[in-house]
Amino acid sequence: MHELPQQLANGLALGALYGLIAIGYTMVYGIVQLINFAHGEIFMIGGFGALTTYTALPSGTSLLVAIPLMILGGAIASVAVATAAERFAYRPLRGAPRLAPLITAIGLSIALQQLVWQFYPDAKKAVSFPEFKGEAFQITDGLQIQRADAFILALAPLCMLALGLFVSKSRSGRAMQATAQDPDTAKLMGINTDRIIVMAFAIGAAFAAVAAVAYGLDKGQINFEMGFILGLKAFTAAVLGGIGNIYGAMVGGVVLGIAESLSIAYIEDIPGMQQLGGGAWSNVWAFVLLILVLLVRPQGLLGERVADRA
Amino acid sequence: MRHRSLLILTSVLTTGALTLTACGSRDEGKGSGDNAGGTTTVVIGVDAPLTGSLSALGQGIKNSVDLAVQTANKNKEVPGVTFKIEALDDQAVPASGQANATKLVGNKDVLGVVGPLNSGVSQQMQGVFSSANLAQVSPANTNPSLSQGDNWGKGEFKRPFKTYFRTAATDVVQGKFAAQYLFKDAGKKKVYVVDDKQTYGAGLAAIFTDEFKRLGGQVVGTDHVTVKETDFSSTADKVKSSGADSVYFGGQYPEGGLLSDQIKKTGAKVPVMGGDGIYDPAFISASAEANDGDLATSIGYPVEKLDTAKKFIENYKAAGYKDPYAAYGGYSYDAGWAIIQAVKAVVAANNGKLPEDARAKVTEALGKVSFDGVTGKVSFDEFGDTTNKQLTVYKVEGGKWIDVKSDTFNQ
Repeated sequence: MHELPQQLANGLALGALYGLIAIGYTMVYGIVQLINFAHGEIFMIGGFGALTTYTALPSGTSLLVAIPLMILGGAIASVAVATAAERFAYRPLRGAPRLAPLITAIGLSIALQQLVWQFYPDAKKAVSFPEFKGEAFQITDGLQIQRADAFILALAPLCMLALGLFVSKSRSGRAMQATAQDPDTAKLMGINTDRIIVMAFAIGAAFAAVAAVAYGLDKGQINFEMGFILGLKAFTAAVLGGIGNIYGAMVGGVVLGIAESLSIAYIEDIPGMQQLGGGAWSNVWAFVLLILVLLVRPQGLLGERVADRA
Repeated sequence: MRHRSLLILTSVLTTGALTLTACGSRDEGKGSGDNAGGTTTVVIGVDAPLTGSLSALGQGIKNSVDLAVQTANKNKEVPGVTFKIEALDDQAVPASGQANATKLVGNKDVLGVVGPLNSGVSQQMQGVFSSANLAQVSPANTNPSLSQGDNWGKGEFKRPFKTYFRTAATDVVQGKFAAQYLFKDAGKKKVYVVDDKQTYGAGLAAIFTDEFKRLGGQVVGTDHVTVKETDFSSTADKVKSSGADSVYFGGQYPEGGLLSDQIKKTGAKVPVMGGDGIYDPAFISASAEANDGDLATSIGYPVEKLDTAKKFIENYKAAGYKDPYAAYGGYSYDAGWAIIQAVKAVVAANNGKLPEDARAKVTEALGKVSFDGVTGKVSFDEFGDTTNKQLTVYKVEGGKWIDVKSDTFNQ
């Protein structure tokens, strides 16, 4: 068990990434009860936007200067696509039966992947992304934190704090809560609910762009398919934490990430379980955990009981 | 509660839906009817991943077969016959490969198929081709059971499909060659084995493991990764704490490149070795961390160093294809050329015309072809395997694959 701190750190960094993407699922679901399956692709487009920004910068720009600009560039791309998707794909279907926007989201997800595949130069295979240079931070003998992991571990709580303050303190944030509780009454109170919905999509997309930059810096590459599996995991994290709850998304992400990395490291050490351990089974264990949690708490870890929508 | 179950239902639905989208195909060169302009048209089918993460290899296969066809048409290799290709995309998905195989069988002008890239895809195509008597020549499948039956490991060799041929040497040759190089030439004694659970990767890793242990080496740990995932940091840390002095990876370059990168980042300075699946520039370029010292085996001698291949490289460049010929270009050209030679033999034996049962005749003729191809002497043994068992070990040096040892394998 001597590598436990290391595996926890790995899981925490992976979970923070899931959490940042999960925010997008949870905010949109919380307000319009739509599972935006194209959100994984919004994440992917954030990554390509950031890469485009990086290539546009003069070569030799320090990564410390480049990263904020990359996040900005990625966020512009992802927010533009997400709000356009809301305006042209989801809004016309707002009164339609629940399955129509869901299928639209799936179609949009495929279309966005193929568009990037077709039109982004050289995106038919993985493209390189700038990486942090230098060694990992050696915390103790058995624990080192990769630079990219440190980046996301520092950034994710900051993002959550900012979002929490925005939702609870600002006027728009309170309008958002009101819309989530009861869109019709919120409208009667003079809230422009269309604007609030666009805002939810935009915030989710911006968080996805931050996640995409962190992902690229860590893996050193991005590709047009990367949003699919990560999107599915982030959606799982959102359900695990309680969909509709922004803190739940982050908690769900972290729990999922840690469950995955611990199952890779330790399940195989349990006598008789050797065949069921390792990287091959980590997804299975993650979903076993999800099912167990949903059996005990159907509303998710931090979810609130929403009787009127059940 | 209804919405919770909707959530679960939709996630299952999405997975299904996204898998289905993998069935689309591009580049359909439709075979025209017979006797167009006084000549008979023969279509050579091509099945490879033309999109997705393995498309770099797939495009190289398609272009190389196209080059073989163009060359045959230009030289009037078979009088009275014009060749065409019909290239289908399998996205490295077995079900798509099977659908493509059915489609190719349905086109009566198709007399032979080159492909696919992946052993797992081939498993699903073999039966379709066999029942239609349509010859298939893979330039890249390396799993032994495809040609020698499921019990090849126990020494019982039985060819399952008489329509199956390949120009690539099997993993038995490759895995053993890799183990011998790593143990004897590189002097590594403690290896950590990782595979991607696919037909190719798991098979190769198992053959390597057996040979490495037989030589006296120690396998200090094993793990598996999932295709298309990207976070292998937990596996990387297990490699580090196991004290291994080397890693063997059975799988393809998208996962291999990331795994190597993440192992190096933990501070473990151990080389990762793999098979022809990781021998691609994308293995190095996709991750910025230096992969120097990583090793790969690949089939045949380096194409650039073979005298027989000079003309191929020249013609390939002259044809102006957008993608490079990649790892399997030479083998794909030879596979296409073998089918052309088989058609030639069949036509010559039937007074310059295609016989009624052309497919069966081509399959039969394919077993007897013998010519000097891009990769050396091309001919097939009684299992449909290539008789050419040359291999090369490549090493990453300064961001490039450099060949370090070429040899002809004999047990």
